[in-house]
Amino acid sequence: MARRIGRISPFNITALALGLAFLYLPIVILVIYSFNASRLVTVWGGWSLRWYHEFFNDRAMLDAAWMSLRVAAVSATIATLLGTLAAVGLVRGERFRGRTLFSGMLYAPLVMPEVISGLSLLLLFVALNAERGFWTVTIAHTTLTMCFVTVVVQSRLASLDRSLEEAAMDLGCDPVQAFVRVTLPLILPAIAAGWMLAFTLSLDDVVIASFTTGPGSATLPIRIYSEVRLGVKPEINAICTMVIALIAVLIVIASLASKLSSSQGETAAPL
Amino acid sequence: MSGQSPEIDTAKINTAVAQATPMAPADDTPLLRIEGVSKKFGSFRAVDRLSLDIKAGEFFALLGPSGCGKTTLLRMLAGFETPDEGRVLLGGRDIAPVLPHERPVNMMFQNYALFPHLSVRDNIAFGLKRAGMARAAIDTRVGEMVALVKLDGLEKRRPDQLSGGQKQRVALARSLARRPKVLLLDEPLAALDKKLRESTQLELMELQRRLGMTFIVVTHDQEEAMTMANRIGVMDAGRLEQVATPRDLYEAPASRWVAEFVGDVNLFDGEVTSHAHHRLTIATGDAGNIVVAEHRQMATGTAVSVAIRPEKVKLWHQGPASDAGNPQAVNRLAGVVADVSYLGGSTVYKVKLDSGAVVRSSMANTTRLDIHSYGVGQRVVAWFTPDDGVVLER
Repeated sequence: MARRIGRISPFNITALALGLAFLYLPIVILVIYSFNASRLVTVWGGWSLRWYHEFFNDRAMLDAAWMSLRVAAVSATIATLLGTLAAVGLVRGERFRGRTLFSGMLYAPLVMPEVISGLSLLLLFVALNAERGFWTVTIAHTTLTMCFVTVVVQSRLASLDRSLEEAAMDLGCDPVQAFVRVTLPLILPAIAAGWMLAFTLSLDDVVIASFTTGPGSATLPIRIYSEVRLGVKPEINAICTMVIALIAVLIVIASLASKLSSSQGETAAPL
Repeated sequence: MSGQSPEIDTAKINTAVAQATPMAPADDTPLLRIEGVSKKFGSFRAVDRLSLDIKAGEFFALLGPSGCGKTTLLRMLAGFETPDEGRVLLGGRDIAPVLPHERPVNMMFQNYALFPHLSVRDNIAFGLKRAGMARAAIDTRVGEMVALVKLDGLEKRRPDQLSGGQKQRVALARSLARRPKVLLLDEPLAALDKKLRESTQLELMELQRRLGMTFIVVTHDQEEAMTMANRIGVMDAGRLEQVATPRDLYEAPASRWVAEFVGDVNLFDGEVTSHAHHRLTIATGDAGNIVVAEHRQMATGTAVSVAIRPEKVKLWHQGPASDAGNPQAVNRLAGVVADVSYLGGSTVYKVKLDSGAVVRSSMANTTRLDIHSYGVGQRVVAWFTPDDGVVLER
């Protein structure tokens, strides 16, 4: 008899526990210490919401958080728009000259070291004599996150049966109507997932933001980074806990959306 | 007015007649004319200078092996492919520049292509909404369509909550809802199991007859084509090999390829040696001299093939008694039974002739008792009449 894969054995459980602990223990500790009453990060002084209170009275920190959320929302929206268009072009468009080059260039930011992307963008903005601030960070984040949106939307689009669009056209839709009435509703969950992915990527980026931001427009991760250099305050823990919560919620929504999207697609797959 | 019963009787008779023999359309003007149409994909000619007329009200089947270009032809009629050369005329108008969404033609897709995000009702109403129909009219039409394809009670379901047969009905209703001049069906029954396929064939014929619509169906299943269509176009390598009624296609195939593709056949290659009184004598290597009834004049020495369907080849026990038999048994091939396949309704015998060639004979099992069968190794005479052979030029 063949041994069943995935059988629950003491070894498996230990391996799982150690693996999860390795990944999540630091985060759990961070979250617990964010409720620490003590001024010292490493000494437990009882439960308290003091550092959350502190954060909401820290003008500079709040500004940075607001800046981050704005950059993330705007850059994710632009990246979703462009990334979806690129995916549609790659999957649905006629085979054009340089298509392989185009898709290669599109995916370059996926593997490009962020330092290089950041530096090259900085050089570009300096050459253009652009004032660095909200828009330069937003543009930089758009270039970083667009390819992720394209990957997500492209895979959904590729699994969608082409004859659905043809059926729409057969039933009186011009190509644009066919896209809006049939394709778009079917890839919408993937687009939403792409947006959330772009949003979280933008929210936690330090490297590219530090190259492209200007004075007075620090994003939250940059602000935290500069604070930490002067010593870790428990307030940082509180901020990080809130960011983690936000990202966790977004990731759950994104994965639910893509799950919904693929279960809907089953009927669309060729028989 | 007379009572209702005569009307019902007529309707019943009409239905029965329509089911037994597909009705031939009365009108002779072609609704659809395909003139010298070609389509190339790279250097591959999917459709090769093909011409075809289809009359209004016809149930036409395009039959052929996969890759013969039948689907490409259908897609050109729907507007998804543009012909490289030639014209497609619908009601006398060239529809080449007409985009798919503006053609009075609808298509039922092989995988149904139902919109997964819409309910059955919205799928059927999709084309009507695009046509700018009023809400009330849409509701009425959808109701009619739902009743027509017997989907009552399923209007609110999503496609993924339907069985294969139900999906097929939704796809059919959706493509019929706009009342197209021509309905194109791409392998409409390929995804259904055998029993369902047979009943759906009859329903499709009944629908087509009732709506008086022109149906063009693409299929690789010859039985399906034979059952449903008034006329069948057999395609191979982008060309039409023959366009004929199901009966003519089977009994009078135009070429060796058609004879082999449609049904089962015995083929003997030979040369014409004499032609007299509409009877050709053909010298074949495998079966000796064969006499076949043929009205065409054929020069002595013409290379031909003789095609005989297995059910037209009868068997006799070899012996003096059998030789004295039927005067129609002009062509007698002596041999040994090499293989017997009992198929229920009929039995197929493979007879190995003395020349080494194999002839297949299919005998209907008309009695329950095993009295007419032959055993493996038994010496028999396989015979057929001159009328049962078809001469095909090579």
